[in-house]
Amino acid sequence: MSPLVEIRDVSHDFGAGRVLDGVSLDIPTASYTVLLGPSGSGKTTLLSIVGGFLMPSEGTVLIGGKDCTGLLPARRPTTTVFQDYALFPHMSVGGNVGFGLRMRGDPKRERIEAAGRALELVGLPGVFDRRPHELSGGQRQRVALARALVVEPAVLLLDEPLGALDMKLRRQMQDELKAIQKRVGAAFVHVTHDQEEAMALADKLVVMNHGRIVDEGPPEQVYSRPRTRFSATFMGESAVVDARVLSQDGGRLDLESPVGRLSLPGTAAPGSTIALAVRPESLRIGEPRPGDVSFGHGTLGEIVFQGSFRRVMVVSQADPAITFTARAPLDQALSSGERVHLSCRPEDIILLEE
Amino acid sequence: MRAALKMLAGVYALAVYGFIFLPVAVLILYSFQATLFPIPPFTGPSLRWYEAVLGDRRLMAGLVNSVSVAVLSSAVAVVLGFLAAYGFARFRLPAQTALRALITAPLMVSYLVIGMGLLILFNATGVPKSLVSAGIAHAVINLPLSFAIIYSQIGDHHLYAERAARDLGARQWQVLVLVTAPMLWPALFASFFLAMTFSWDEFVMAFLLTRFETTLPVEIWNLLRSGLNPKTNAVGSLVFGVSIMAVLIIELVLVRTLRR
Repeated sequence: MSPLVEIRDVSHDFGAGRVLDGVSLDIPTASYTVLLGPSGSGKTTLLSIVGGFLMPSEGTVLIGGKDCTGLLPARRPTTTVFQDYALFPHMSVGGNVGFGLRMRGDPKRERIEAAGRALELVGLPGVFDRRPHELSGGQRQRVALARALVVEPAVLLLDEPLGALDMKLRRQMQDELKAIQKRVGAAFVHVTHDQEEAMALADKLVVMNHGRIVDEGPPEQVYSRPRTRFSATFMGESAVVDARVLSQDGGRLDLESPVGRLSLPGTAAPGSTIALAVRPESLRIGEPRPGDVSFGHGTLGEIVFQGSFRRVMVVSQADPAITFTARAPLDQALSSGERVHLSCRPEDIILLEE
Repeated sequence: MRAALKMLAGVYALAVYGFIFLPVAVLILYSFQATLFPIPPFTGPSLRWYEAVLGDRRLMAGLVNSVSVAVLSSAVAVVLGFLAAYGFARFRLPAQTALRALITAPLMVSYLVIGMGLLILFNATGVPKSLVSAGIAHAVINLPLSFAIIYSQIGDHHLYAERAARDLGARQWQVLVLVTAPMLWPALFASFFLAMTFSWDEFVMAFLLTRFETTLPVEIWNLLRSGLNPKTNAVGSLVFGVSIMAVLIIELVLVRTLRR
């Protein structure tokens, strides 16, 4: 099945700065796609281009196989939930939700019914006649969602929709968003800088940095096998070690790194430089087991109790510029300043593209 | 010492307010005079002169003319001011700052100059002197005012709401009529009423640009030429009363909106 939205080689310039640089992305039908990245990564610009609020400097956007690049927002099968909700303060909640249907010319009775159903879908029955300013932030958020959903868009675009909510409400709305997406079956595209939110919501996670897509895939894959240094460090913590490939032999790499010679499975051209990432939960403190890869010795720094484990920082002795973060079980006796040995299983080492 | 200063300040304030309002108070007081001359001693109260005003066909015609000119010219000024403000707020124009300064510049030019300019222009183009010309003149002086008020009130939240409306399929005119204008309602209302009060008691341009049918201030001037009598006080008090009412309406509406 061809994807619902195809973004092809899209670039965008604001003045002299390039905010999107050759982005290509497929958004599948009836799925939850999350664009994750720090501010300035181009994620909101990309969303605006899909929604039709910006015309890209280069590239095309196809929705349902049709070229929509130059089409006005109104002419696209997309609607947007804006970061600030952008409700109409002079209309009732029902008037807000029914606005899209009114523009389409639906008769009043149908509008009222459909708006009522949409409000029920987002868990806000009985506020039809209220004004937006009488509602709480979370309720306004739901009204904005209902207003965008009532016209039954093929793609719903959400621009940091939970940004203004407090943590508890945020996690609750997050679960509801996912449930609503399943129910209405539209493709949701959600922009956020919160990795936890991204991992919880996404069927497909797209990590962006400096106007490019640096990683994409199911969140489990992006977390456990990040493709780039950026996604390895942005999505959870990772220690990153640069290494030079000495030789490759039968699927094994011999590497020279600041923490010593390493040997692990993988392929890369001899003489090239690669980067290795290790997740905190993969690192082992103590004598290496047979077959494990050793990162040499380090000095224990900060130790932070985190409930089910302790988060410890270990500064490499061979290269003090490298700090490993590890998770130590609670029963392991450790004290700050102690000299420890670090290692991990070879299959837990992630080879990164630069 | 401190008490003396306080008293001095009080006296000063009294003097200032007296200076502003005493003439109006005297005008209103002698509009209730029972005798022929608006000079002490006060012989009233009597409604005799108000009766005379209401029975004066020319004054009443002037009143109707003034109201029509005020309402229509203010409506035109507000619509044009709103569209100009929207244009400046939403689009990048060449020489934006200069153009914006230029559109508000008439606020600082005297009515006499604008009135004479229009008189010369209308003469040259063959537009006869009439209430319509006076109305055009009032729209000219009130447009910059409406523009300045409305422009100052357009903010980013209007932009976001407009974007949302467009996303949901609204055409440009629907965005303006259904979203932007209603959201700017207090500013539109305030500029409309302010423009009305300015047009209502504007004399110089109305004097220059009308001939047979004219507005109330010009009729009052005609009346004054035949000498002072309490009738002029009565009609002056009426004009003042209407202006005060307009100001009160603006205040009430704006205070109510601000409280929200």
